[in-house]
Amino acid sequence: MTNSIADITEESQCIFIIGSNTTENHPVIGTKIRGAKRHRGAKLIVADPRRIDITDYADLHLRHTPGTDIALLNGLMHIILRQGWQDDEFITNRTEGFAELKAVVEKYTPEVTSAITGVPVADIELAARMMAENRPGALIYAMGITQHTTGVANVMSCANLQMLLGNMGKRGGGVNPLRGQNNVQGACDLGGLPNVYPGYQKVTDAKVREKFEKAWGVPQPDSVGLTVTEMLKAAEEGKVHCLYIIGENPMTSDPDLNHVRFSLQKTEFIVLQELFFSETAQFADVIFPAASFAEKEGTFTNTERRIQRLRKAIDPPGEAKEDTWIMFQLAKRMLALGAATPDPEAPYGDWEYRDVTDIEEEINALTPIYAGVTWERLEAGEALHWPVPSPDHPGTPILHTRQFSRGKGLFVGMDHVPPAELPDEEYPLMLTTGRVIYHWHGGEMTHRARGLEAMYPEALVEIHPKDARKAHISDGDLMKVASRRGEILAKAQITDRVEPGLIFTTFHFAESAANFLTNPALDPQAKIPEYKVCAVKVEKA
Amino acid sequence: MPIHLTINDKAITVPEGATILEAAGANGIHIPTLCHHPDLTNVGACRMCVVSVERARGVQTACTTPATEGMVVNTMSPAVVETRKFVLEMLLTDHPNDCMTCEVNGDCELQDLVYDYGVKWPEHNGRRHQYEIDPDPNPFIFIDRNKCILCGRCIRTCDEIQNRSIWSFANRGFESKLVAGADQLMLDAGCESCGQCVAYCPVGALFDKMSLGKGRANQAEKVRTTCGYCGVGCNFDLNVRDGEIVRVTSAHDAPVNGMALCVKGRYGYDYVNHPDRLTRPMVRVKWLDAEKVAERVESGQWTLFSEAEQRRASLSYRRTSGDGKSVAPNPQSQISADTFVKTDWDTALNVVAHKFTQVKKELGGEAFALFASAKCTNEENFIFNKFTRQMLATHSIDHCARL
Ligand code: SF4
Ligand code: SF4
Ligand code: FES
Repeated sequence: MTNSIADITEESQCIFIIGSNTTENHPVIGTKIRGAKRHRGAKLIVADPRRIDITDYADLHLRHTPGTDIALLNGLMHIILRQGWQDDEFITNRTEGFAELKAVVEKYTPEVTSAITGVPVADIELAARMMAENRPGALIYAMGITQHTTGVANVMSCANLQMLLGNMGKRGGGVNPLRGQNNVQGACDLGGLPNVYPGYQKVTDAKVREKFEKAWGVPQPDSVGLTVTEMLKAAEEGKVHCLYIIGENPMTSDPDLNHVRFSLQKTEFIVLQELFFSETAQFADVIFPAASFAEKEGTFTNTERRIQRLRKAIDPPGEAKEDTWIMFQLAKRMLALGAATPDPEAPYGDWEYRDVTDIEEEINALTPIYAGVTWERLEAGEALHWPVPSPDHPGTPILHTRQFSRGKGLFVGMDHVPPAELPDEEYPLMLTTGRVIYHWHGGEMTHRARGLEAMYPEALVEIHPKDARKAHISDGDLMKVASRRGEILAKAQITDRVEPGLIFTTFHFAESAANFLTNPALDPQAKIPEYKVCAVKVEKA
Repeated sequence: MPIHLTINDKAITVPEGATILEAAGANGIHIPTLCHHPDLTNVGACRMCVVSVERARGVQTACTTPATEGMVVNTMSPAVVETRKFVLEMLLTDHPNDCMTCEVNGDCELQDLVYDYGVKWPEHNGRRHQYEIDPDPNPFIFIDRNKCILCGRCIRTCDEIQNRSIWSFANRGFESKLVAGADQLMLDAGCESCGQCVAYCPVGALFDKMSLGKGRANQAEKVRTTCGYCGVGCNFDLNVRDGEIVRVTSAHDAPVNGMALCVKGRYGYDYVNHPDRLTRPMVRVKWLDAEKVAERVESGQWTLFSEAEQRRASLSYRRTSGDGKSVAPNPQSQISADTFVKTDWDTALNVVAHKFTQVKKELGGEAFALFASAKCTNEENFIFNKFTRQMLATHSIDHCARL
């Protein structure tokens, strides 16, 4: 997020949510947004193909067809420009590429936009007016924007809109992705990505590599590594021999599960570090029992880039161990076997850590955006927003207040591109996927939490009464949903939360995981699979 | 315009708009309250906070009366103390005498006030409510209306903080009763099981069902931590008793969320103690020395992870095929190369260390790939990144950020 939860929910005059089922996936932010609307009259606009909880509180619900976000955003910008509502001062001083953007959005008249998105012209006009009249406004998005083959272009379009309105770099504004997992932000920040070291320092930058070669005392490869999807492919092709999987369950969370299964089966050696015997565990060669969040010390970074302490409350069960202990042991053994020979002079070449504070110190030394996030400050209860470049820096709740990371904000005009797979005669319905409040991803945790499981014990597929009638399906019937890649069985939930032609299900249930159906077509840049749209057919099982 | 007033002979200055309660609180003068909570609007329902104000008739509720210029307030006049005692006695006439087994014994605002004011248990044969205890089948929130003091804090919590407005009072007088929706079950009324109303209940009328009988506040240790589910990053206290998490309580000073939590954060912790948890390192037979396996299994040092156990521990199997208990255990003689053996850390670590070292020497870093985890800590991810890049010499590390 460019902004903090507090400044958005306390100061934003207009909150525009697109592609985020906020109440179910980021519940406490949902709570606060409801409060902003109810208690201080902030305007709330929600663009989502489904009727979801937060749309019930919205001033305006734009119910666009999945995969038409760019068109919708362009259509809003078209009106803003037509009316002269853009923030000219911001555009002149802080951005470039405006002329190009203008040329692209020119084409997206309300009529054209409405034809592509299915949103009535009057609603698009009203939304644009609301945004223009209520500034600063914050834009919030989540996987509904990113999990498309046009994910990156979708994000850029969000940024275009906010720059056009001058909603960047100020309290109550910004472009604010809500990150899914509790520490997806931290995993990205601290080097869990194939193209960057901790702190987004590029592996292709020779100076950066040199820094880490010095710190760790070994030469560093100069090409980017594989992404999750590419790893599985490489394993299947025999290029990757060893997969080390920590706390992830590709057998429920990746697209096209039948293919994932095939890849895992073909992998020579899989090490898994987990809490439970997950679907992926069936394919492992060695399984290390790991510690849960309540059994270890450390920090998590939340969706607003805020770093907070995790504290050990209980011991792990049996012989289960913390992930770091396991890795220290493994590394030391491998060093003894000569797997690597770090320069003994390198300051961080060895694996002798006394405890988590030693790791924090290494992070401070090697990660500029975390340089000032010292253990002392964390212990003292500070919850800093990165970047924190030095120990006396107060943190950065709002990004881009004076300039963007690249200097000037760049408008990049984007055209609508339809999803990779659209309904046709054989697969006439569109499937979109998501989550419900009671479960979490593959449900390894929540299916084992008694109350949560009692609340939502089985997979449901939302289907509109019209489509259900056509397929002779009644509420609660077991139905078969099939795509070009696989099929699942799940119970029908007949509801107008979805529109005719669209069905919805979750990926929380291994036995009927939506990801047997989803399309692994990737966004060319971000390599995110198109979970939000694929073509399916349904029948009564 | 700042306001000048006197409370208990102390000269006090407060900003305009402050209540007497706020004026007193800001100056270290304690006034007891029940229906008031600093996070919620004031309704003046309980009359516990009464004070005497010179030249005003009777006593005034400090939580709703604004401080005015020149006001002279006494927070402990005889009339005030009498009124408070009367309020407490009235509450006790319709309250079960149940502190001995009550969940919130020692953590109850009513109990503390009754103690402070020396109010005795009123023996009487008059009417006491006999509501059904725990009448709502939802899995999370326990209701005992017999203990409800009608302060309305839950009503305002759900309305003002959670923004759901599930609770209200039905009926009048002695028949007043807390109801969800139109006297419905909570879930039917649209409750999202966030548990905020429980967190704000000053007595034991609302409580966390999962924590019933698990340990009172003074028996549990509180450990402040960050939620392990979503990216909001709520902080809360894990309440631990005898090495078990018995309750999650929210905390006022939580930087992101304050007292608010969602159903997963507050009630989704019990997976931590689930019997399915993996507790020993396991290696498939094919990566071990067969003779050693036979010998260690014989001596009981290692055990086989039988098919039945595997199925029992695996969600997908259990969910599609019942509880897995009906599967006949694999006789020990049927060890195959793919059987998992529960070994010891030394063995398991060595298997991996040797395999990784051999592959690295033969094929180099490109033969490896690591899935880091968005569930793990920053420090852990940093270590995974170092292991991948330093020890394995590859940049093939990624996690499900994209998914
Ligand atoms: S649990 Fe939450 S939503 Fe339900 S009644 Fe209580 S405060 Fe309201
Ligand atoms: S309590 Fe709920 S909203 Fe808060 S971090 Fe946990 S899962 Fe997210
Ligand atoms: S606390 Fe003031 S009336 Fe209840």
